[in-house]
Order: sequence, then C-alpha cells, then structure tokens
Amino acid sequence: MSRGQNILRGVVLTVGAVAFLFPFYYMIIGSLQASPDSTPGGAFPNPANLTLENYTDINSRINLMRGLLNSGIFTGGVIVGTLVFGVLVGYALAQLQWRGRGVTFALVLLVQVVPFQLLMIPLYVMIARDYGLADNYLGMILPFAINSTAVIIFRQYFLQVPRDLFDAARIDGAGEVTVLTKIAIPLVRPAILTVVLLTFIGPWNEFLWPFLVTKEASMQPLAVALANYISNVAATAANPFGAVLAGACVLAAPAVLLFIVFQRHFVSTDIGSGVKG
Amino acid sequence: MSTTATAKPAAGRSTRSPGGRGPRHRPLLGKNPIGLLLSAPYLVFVIVVFAYPLVFAVYMAFHDYFFAAPGAQVDRPFVGLANFQEVLSDPAVIRSFGNVGIFLLINVPLTVVLSLVLATALNKAVHGRTFLRVAYYVPYVTASVAVVGVWLFLFSGSGLVNQLLGPLAPDPSWLISPTWAMPTIALFVTWKQLGFYILLYLAALQSVSKELYEAASTDGAGALRSFFSVTIPGVRPATVLVLLLSTVTGANLFTEPYLLTGGGGPNGASTSPVLLMYQKGIEQGHPGTASAIGIVLVIGVLIIAFIQRKIAGGDES
Repeated sequence: MSRGQNILRGVVLTVGAVAFLFPFYYMIIGSLQASPDSTPGGAFPNPANLTLENYTDINSRINLMRGLLNSGIFTGGVIVGTLVFGVLVGYALAQLQWRGRGVTFALVLLVQVVPFQLLMIPLYVMIARDYGLADNYLGMILPFAINSTAVIIFRQYFLQVPRDLFDAARIDGAGEVTVLTKIAIPLVRPAILTVVLLTFIGPWNEFLWPFLVTKEASMQPLAVALANYISNVAATAANPFGAVLAGACVLAAPAVLLFIVFQRHFVSTDIGSGVKG
Repeated sequence: MSTTATAKPAAGRSTRSPGGRGPRHRPLLGKNPIGLLLSAPYLVFVIVVFAYPLVFAVYMAFHDYFFAAPGAQVDRPFVGLANFQEVLSDPAVIRSFGNVGIFLLINVPLTVVLSLVLATALNKAVHGRTFLRVAYYVPYVTASVAVVGVWLFLFSGSGLVNQLLGPLAPDPSWLISPTWAMPTIALFVTWKQLGFYILLYLAALQSVSKELYEAASTDGAGALRSFFSVTIPGVRPATVLVLLLSTVTGANLFTEPYLLTGGGGPNGASTSPVLLMYQKGIEQGHPGTASAIGIVLVIGVLIIAFIQRKIAGGDES
C-alpha cells in the first residue's frame, strides 16, 4: 500500500464524514441561535447569539413531551410485536418441519418488495374508515406490527443452532413449549438487540402512515407534529428556523444516541444477512 | 422444500400432532405442526396488512370507488380501465413520473458509486473505523422530518450554501427553482440513505476473496486496476441489491417533496407519484384514481428493476 493511496483514502473518508456530520452539527448550532445567522460565520457558536428560547418556543407550539410519548408508544408497540411474533416465526422457519413452511418463507421475502405506498390507500380505507382506528395507537402500529427483516434475522440465528440441540431436549421429554422457552429464546438473545435497533428506525422515523391516520394533535408522533409545524405554522414563529431545528434536535436525539451507544450491534453482516435473506 | 425430512418419526410426538394419520403416512401438517401455530400470527398479519390490501388496491383501481359512511351500502360500479385512462392522460401525473425519472437518474448512480467508494475506503481504513462507520449511518437512522429542517435552512435563499456560492448561487434558489428542486431532493435522499448502502457494500466486501487481490497484485495490477477487476465484479450481487432498493425507495418518494418543496412545488416541478396519490386519494377523495397511479408506479418499478437486473447481471438474490 503506497503512501499516496493512504492519503487519498484518508481524504475521501474525511470528506465523507464531514459531509455526513456537518448538517447535524449545523442543526444543533441553528437550534441555539437567537436570530438565524446563515453567514459562514454563523456556523461557529457565537456567545452573543446563543439561546434556549427556540426549545421553549417549539414546545409551546407542539407539545414535545406528548409527541415523544406518542412516538415511543408507536415504536414500542412495533418492537414488542416484532420481538414476540418474529421470534416464533423465525424459530418455526429455521428449526421445525411443517406444511407450508416454504410458502411462509417465500412470503417473508415477498413482503419486503411490496411497496407500502400501493397499500397506503386500501390500508387507510380499512383502518381509518372501516375499523375506525384513526387517532388510535393500534391503527398506527398495525401495518408495521411485525418487521419481516427481523423475521429473517431471527431465522438466520436459529439456522446456526444445530438441530440436535432441540432434538436432544425432545428426547429428554421436553414439550414443544419448553423447547421454545427454555432453549430457543435464550439462544436468540444476542439477536434481540440487533432486531430492536433495526426495528426502531422504521416507526420512530415514519412519517407518511401516522400522518394519514392521526388528525388529533394529541395523538401525533413527534415526526408528524414537527412536519405539520414545518408545513403550516413555521412562518408565524419569531425565529422559524430556530424553532424547527430545536424540534428536529429533539426528534433526532433518541435515535442518534441509541445508535451511537449500541453501534457494535448494528453491524454490516447482520444487516446484510437480513436484507439478502 | 418444507416437509421432506420426515425420516425419524418421534413416537412421543405423533400423538400430539392433530394431522397424524399413523406412522406410515406423512402427517398432514408436517412433522412439527406446532410450526404452523407459531407462524399463524405472522401469516394473519401478512394477509391483513399485505395480501388483502393488495387485492383491494387492484379492485379500487377498476371501480368508481368513493368514500362512504362505514356500513353504508353504496354502488361502486366497475369502470374497467377508465381510472387508468384518466391517470395516463393527466399532465400532472405524467409530470410526476417524469420527476421521479429525473430523481432516479441522479439518485441511483450517485448512490451506487459513492457507497461503493466509501465502503471500499472504509474497509481498508485502520484508524477511526468505528467513528467513521457511525458518522456514515447517522443520517440513515435519523428521521427525514428532522434533517429536512436543516436542509431547508442550508438551501434557503440566503442560506449557508448560497452564501458560500456567492454569485454562483442559482436564482430562484434551490428548492423554489423549477430546475433545481428535483435535483436537490435527489441529493438529499442520496445523502440520507447512503449509510445503509455503505453497510451493505461493507458486508459484501468481506466475502470477496483475499486471494483474488493477491493474484491481481502478483500480476502487477495497481490499486485502481484491482478495484475495477476484482472489487466491482466481486460485489456484483450487492450492486444488484443496491440498485433495486434505491429504485424502490426513490419510487416511494413522499416526505421529501412534501416538506422540502412545500408539497411538490414550484408548480408541480417536484411532485412525486406518491404525493399525487395522497392528494387525489385522500385529500380529494378519489381512491380509485390514486390506486391506478399506484399500480402504474409499481409496474414501472418492476420494468426498471428487470432492466437493471439484465444489465447488472445478477446471478443470486
């Protein structure tokens, strides 16, 4: 490896990192500015222009805590559904012999390529109109209740476990429920954090679906509340950019922190196996 | 593939399987019928959330479907291809498909090139790998709604980008210019999604044989030559996947034009088909028209995916 190549690689990687991180840095700086300063000098913190007022401003327009709570319930519901039902189907697909297993696995793969946008109108008619689940957590959660990528990750984990382990337990007289709860679920524990992280991104960041089914401000996840603020009322705020960026920081912080803390559980091989099946 | 390995019928279990018809027959539901029970919630979920709505969408596209009070019996006549005819002769719809075409022409090649280059560089990096990896996927894990705020600030008329460009700044500014609105959105989405594709390529790079690089180097190939002759063919399956996923993501574009350009402005220059589906289907109450747009969109994506597969030559999925 020549010296020139090393330098080139360093430059490429650094430029990439700056391009990815600068907007986030600018988001924080912008959210703390008393008046928006978009000159190049505004990219550096200026003690005379720093304030937390934008946060109180956005909080008076949209209830940040309520939004975070709604996002949390929506995301939590999806994660619970995915963990509970995803483990079961992942185990069944990897370790059990039953009629329809091949078809079920084909469905898991097929579901990933069905564009949600084609289903958006029928789902809206069904959930918001026929079932009356508009402005309801269940209606928000339902279309995302089981993440199919997570099912594939669980299946991959269970495939790595020798089948003899399960058969040995059965020979020792363990019933299927015992095999599942005493052997299968403890084995899959390392996969759970990966699945939680992977599943978290979807509902926490989802905008379109909760936007369609929540009209009441008190039921809206933070992403929807902030988007409505951006598209409707931002113009009336004293410092519209500051308020928007303050809301953006609050929305982004949980996801970013979660992924920084648990970054080693979000590795390429897991994601690769998840997507490629 | 499902029920072939039934060589060892476990005596204790045949009594429990409801479909068991004695030791000489294959049990109706397989050796472990409990598998079906464990999968039942997922299967119900797929039927309710995917299969039925898919059929319903096709049904709506061929009928004069309109919203009525729940439970009310209303006549929704079959209209054949009328919805499709209406959609395909609507200049706004044609324009939105053109817009998404521009989007894909910018977004897809940029995504493939940048993610492969960054993944290759990151794969060989010695220092700061963890930091760089996290830096690259931070935009991917952040809500579009949050980062849209920063981009609005950066690309506004007197925003930082224009301040730095000085006299080179476009007028009207990026997001309100008919020429630049769509490319700016394409750039935004490329930036936002790139981290995910870098992860995919990083995984693919692990499976490229080290011996191939050694052989190339023995034959006198430089770094650039081995990138083109070893790396690119080696990650071809990943490239096929990245092409497919970025095309599907692009076709589903909604949040970005809705927020960045105030609902597809200026004058529909950045409207996406999904944005039109929302406007026509839900705001204006014509779900039949919206479903017809959706079906045309999906057929379009399938055609593009098929062509990409032919060109990129994907041999495995």
